[in-house]
Amino acid sequence: MATKKRQTKSSERRSEARLQRPRVLVTGASSSLGRVLCRRLHRSYDVIGLDVRPFADRPKDVEHHEVDLRRKAAQTLIKKKKPELIVHLGPLHDERRSAGGATTLETTATLLKLVEQIGAQKLVVLSGAQLYGPSATSGAFLSEDAPLLGGQSDRRLADAIAVDMMVQSFFWKSPETQTVILRPVHVIGAHLQNAPSRFLRQRRVPLLMGFDPMVQLVHEDDLVDAVALALTPGPRGVFNITGPTQAPLSRLLAARGIQGVPLPSMLLGAALTRARALRLTRLDQHDLVHLKYSCVVDGGRALQELHYTPKRSLSQALADLG
Amino acid sequence: MSLLARIKDVVDGLLDPAVRARIDALPRKNLNEFGVDPFGFDPEMIKLVAPFLMLLKQRYFRVETHGAEHIPSDGRFLLIGNHSGQLPFDAAMVGTTVLTEAPKPRLVRSMVERWSAELPFISQLFARTGQIVGDPATCARLLAAEEAVLVFPEGAKGISKMFSQRYQLGDFGQGFMRLALATRSPIVPFAVIGAEEQAPAIADIRPLARLLGLPAAPVIFPQFLPIPLPTHYRIWFGEPLEFKGSADEDDDVVAAQVKKVKNTVQRMIDVGLKKRTSVFF
Repeated sequence: MATKKRQTKSSERRSEARLQRPRVLVTGASSSLGRVLCRRLHRSYDVIGLDVRPFADRPKDVEHHEVDLRRKAAQTLIKKKKPELIVHLGPLHDERRSAGGATTLETTATLLKLVEQIGAQKLVVLSGAQLYGPSATSGAFLSEDAPLLGGQSDRRLADAIAVDMMVQSFFWKSPETQTVILRPVHVIGAHLQNAPSRFLRQRRVPLLMGFDPMVQLVHEDDLVDAVALALTPGPRGVFNITGPTQAPLSRLLAARGIQGVPLPSMLLGAALTRARALRLTRLDQHDLVHLKYSCVVDGGRALQELHYTPKRSLSQALADLG
Repeated sequence: MSLLARIKDVVDGLLDPAVRARIDALPRKNLNEFGVDPFGFDPEMIKLVAPFLMLLKQRYFRVETHGAEHIPSDGRFLLIGNHSGQLPFDAAMVGTTVLTEAPKPRLVRSMVERWSAELPFISQLFARTGQIVGDPATCARLLAAEEAVLVFPEGAKGISKMFSQRYQLGDFGQGFMRLALATRSPIVPFAVIGAEEQAPAIADIRPLARLLGLPAAPVIFPQFLPIPLPTHYRIWFGEPLEFKGSADEDDDVVAAQVKKVKNTVQRMIDVGLKKRTSVFF
């Protein structure tokens, strides 16, 4: 009898603890990075996923809503659930062709309004280090204060830059919410379908003749670690998230056994435009700048203020890509 | 075996064993598992350019070195000297001399022109051999990593100076002094005698330079192209100078310290010129 009572008490306590777990809302939960994130966060949080796409193989305790954030239903849902923590995946981390554009800006604006209304404690936005833009004149080891000039070489980044700026101004407007912007370098991982992961899974890739930029990569699990750290109370601000080191593109390819085919830049640009029109590739002429110039960022602030240290070496990140 | 590997093999065979030993003795603690440092420098790549540089140093310019014992064996330092000769062979020769004749082999990281990063092959070669696009923040980072950094405070104006201005130092910028103060790095002054006569410029066509986006478009006589004449190089290294103070000091305070360095380099040039017997021999 006594033991039974103790059992019910402990299970009650456990359920109480469960009830007390903070709720985290993840937007873009069905994107490849969103899935990885949800799988990790549901161990310590009650995860509410939000995406217009289904999330079929989600963990059982992840609550997923197939709904557009701009619709009333989504807004009512968020106001009812009142998540304390919010993770917003920027347009860079959505591999759909339609990602970006006015939709992203509208979604972000709606979300920021909601965050203010429900008075969430924390907002973590996943932006990207690509926004600084690779260029010949940019200095090495860009800090978080460097201007976001990526739009100059790649107009598709304009929306992602606008989202980043929107959140930066929200940071000052709503000091009650601890806002964190993470700008990771290229994220790669076995579960990801983004451009760098796809590029490094090829057997043969085009390169720009005469150029071999330094490339920074971060393992998907390290990025998830950084998000988990950003969700803890305290840190706020903008953080570059890097891997432990960087290496020339040619050596990364060699480590993966990929054959690089150097082509003159004019020829490659023209070939890509044709191949893209025929839907043979998802690479764009604008992606070529990443094969030409380095965009090396400094991850020092995340090391000091976020206490983030990448645990997977660069060679391990490449090996884990599958 | 691929063609590239075969070329590498041939070049490797041309490398003087003594030079190879010095390259192997370069500090390597900053290298990662891919064999490069955070800036993309790979000491093994030096072995591929060393045979060519040694040929220039020993046969073409027949570099004569004075005061190599002043080059610090360890720790950070800034190399400051005169710039000339239309193409930066002076930097290449100073770098090669420090690598082969300093008490302990050191690799000189020189600050190169920004536009060189846009050039195919050249940008790649510079990055792999440790030459870095000139940027104060990058320079500070290198010094913090205990590297040897070469700066020509005259900048592009120095290298493209006219023949009539030879061995007269142009204006020195203050950037190098503020860096030395901020990172507490000693300054090793040097003077290159001989480079100022390698490609005599008699005029500079400014509109053409602007059109081509180059720092200068010199008319070089007698060879017309910036290919250097085989002048006899004499490189003088001076005792390290140490400066104290704040990097944010007022301009006139820093200007006085800069002047001290400039005067030292000018004095070394004057002594070097006095002791030289011939431009070519």
